[in-house]
Amino acid sequence: MIRIDSVTKRYPDGTVAVDRLSLEIPDRSITVLVGPSGCGKTTTLRMINRMVEPTEGTILLDGEDIQRQPVTTLRRSMGYVIQNAGLFQHRTIVDNIATVPRMLGWGKQRARERAVELMERVGLDTSLAKRYPYQLSGGQQQRVGVARALAADPPVLLMDEPFSAVDPVVRKGLQEELLRIQGELGKTIVFVTHDIDEAVTLGTMVAVLREGGRLAQYAPPAELLSTPADGFVEDFLGADRGIRRLSFFPAAPLELSTDAVVPADAPAERIAAVGSPYLLVTGPDGRPLGWAERDRLTDGTVDTGRLLPYGRPFVPGADSLRVALDCAVLSPTGWAVAVDADGRVTGVVSQRTIGEAIRAAHSAGRAEDEKVAG
Amino acid sequence: MNVLHFVNAFFSDGAHWQGYDGIPQRFWEHVQYSVLALAVASAIGLPVGLLTGHTGRGGNALALIANAARALPSFGLLVLAVLLIGFGLLPVMIPLVVLAVPPVLVTTYEAVRSVDPAPVDAARGMGMHESRILFHVELPVALPLILSGLRSAAIQIVSTATIAAYVSLGGLGRYIIDGLYQRDYEKVVGGATLVAALALATLALFWAAGRLTVSPGVRRR
Ligand SMILES: Nc1ncnc2c1ncn2[C@@H]1O[C@H](COP(=O)(O)OP(=O)(O)OP(=O)(O)O)[C@@H](O)[C@H]1O
Ligand SMILES: [Mg+2]
Repeated sequence: MIRIDSVTKRYPDGTVAVDRLSLEIPDRSITVLVGPSGCGKTTTLRMINRMVEPTEGTILLDGEDIQRQPVTTLRRSMGYVIQNAGLFQHRTIVDNIATVPRMLGWGKQRARERAVELMERVGLDTSLAKRYPYQLSGGQQQRVGVARALAADPPVLLMDEPFSAVDPVVRKGLQEELLRIQGELGKTIVFVTHDIDEAVTLGTMVAVLREGGRLAQYAPPAELLSTPADGFVEDFLGADRGIRRLSFFPAAPLELSTDAVVPADAPAERIAAVGSPYLLVTGPDGRPLGWAERDRLTDGTVDTGRLLPYGRPFVPGADSLRVALDCAVLSPTGWAVAVDADGRVTGVVSQRTIGEAIRAAHSAGRAEDEKVAG
Repeated sequence: MNVLHFVNAFFSDGAHWQGYDGIPQRFWEHVQYSVLALAVASAIGLPVGLLTGHTGRGGNALALIANAARALPSFGLLVLAVLLIGFGLLPVMIPLVVLAVPPVLVTTYEAVRSVDPAPVDAARGMGMHESRILFHVELPVALPLILSGLRSAAIQIVSTATIAAYVSLGGLGRYIIDGLYQRDYEKVVGGATLVAALALATLALFWAAGRLTVSPGVRRR
């Protein structure tokens, strides 16, 4: 565990970048430092590997003051990833990744084998091994940066806005990759970002810092979204905090209706029995084909050539209420389509039902909070 | 009568290719003076430039001294050195080294300074020692610029090393000075042509050195 104990950093010009900050960073989880520009995130991170020395306070690593060991030893036990990757442009990708193992005295062959192994781990095609950094895209360079930091298998990983220089689609991919790698390796990761969405997506714990380097709130993301400590945190979380919070509620408890789901070849009597104005038509394999409007059927049966698109379906076991709501909002009928892992329809659910589930989830969440508090 | 005629006459005269005043001998002497001067200038300019570039300290003082040194006339320095220490190789080396140190030192300093700080930060963050950062992170990237500083120093040395002849030493300057004294313009033009050829060869040498030592990742091709 990394313990930051009442640490202050005052730069020589008098700027107080971090002000009496205390944080307990749990092992084998991702702790995110988030906050507006200039609030001291980078300074805090760099104090952990002593790239910046604190003015006051101490930082403990597994109970021991980090000042007590040689600075290079400390740094070699911590992977360090920065914004634009900071790759060595004169070295090939494998040699970039092999840097720390080589520094630690590994043989060239072993270090290279390890580097190739890491390329696979971070989702890089090993055919890129002999390329130079300038021949890679920004996203690929960032992956190399992560692989390089992981090469000597350090228990701690410090990451300073590693994904902020790539476009949103690539960033999402990199975030998913990081979560996957973290699931496999279980590092103690300290991750700096100014993007609250990224913080909520990645963090096991999120520390929100405010200007002047003071801690505004330190909580798991769900709690941050449900109970922001003050107006600053609330503003920082943004206007769609409520919607974002839905990501933390599973869609599984939603009550699905199968009444309106009919096969394309259903007889007229079956269709006439449906109570709702829309019918979800399924194909012979059970997959959705589209919506039919009951009042506009010609002879009481379905014409598969004249269906409304069914939009994007959700998977109740895997998706959150946020995804279910999004599907319902985007659906032309206001109903979301639920499917199983194989894409077969398991039912449909209305916006109203989702709304009730949200209210239920919120009150359950409040009861939970009260139990924790009491 | 034109320059080409002089050149032709000079090089086709068999007598110019033999003996202590023959082209191979004078050429070799010139190369020796030049290499020695460049070696001494590098021994001063490279370490100081690398160190100040890496630490970022003392850069302004350096630029000041280097510019002052540039203003010194080589010939004046030569005369002064001879007056102070007499004839020999040393008084010739002084102006050549003074001429070459500023470009080597200043470009080396600038080259290291201009290296992208991000990889340096990354290297430090992964626990690399400062000397290793300088030689394994900064130097390989700064190399093209450092070589260009060495190259311009070398070219200046090659053309200025002709002054060795003023103090009774050899080198290609002999042809120029003796030719002027004897009003043998064939010799003057021949000597000047040889100096120009040596300068071109120096360029080629540095080009090859760049190809061999600069990583394709830095050359970007
Ligand atoms: N070397 C330094 N000398 C003086 N002041 C500094 C130095 N480095 C940072 N600061 C100041 O300290 C404060 C915090 O800087 P820091 O880089 O930690 O912020 P940050 O939260 O990482 O910001 P950003 O999101 O823009 O990266 C800022 O006011 C900054 O100007
Ligand atoms: Mg920062």
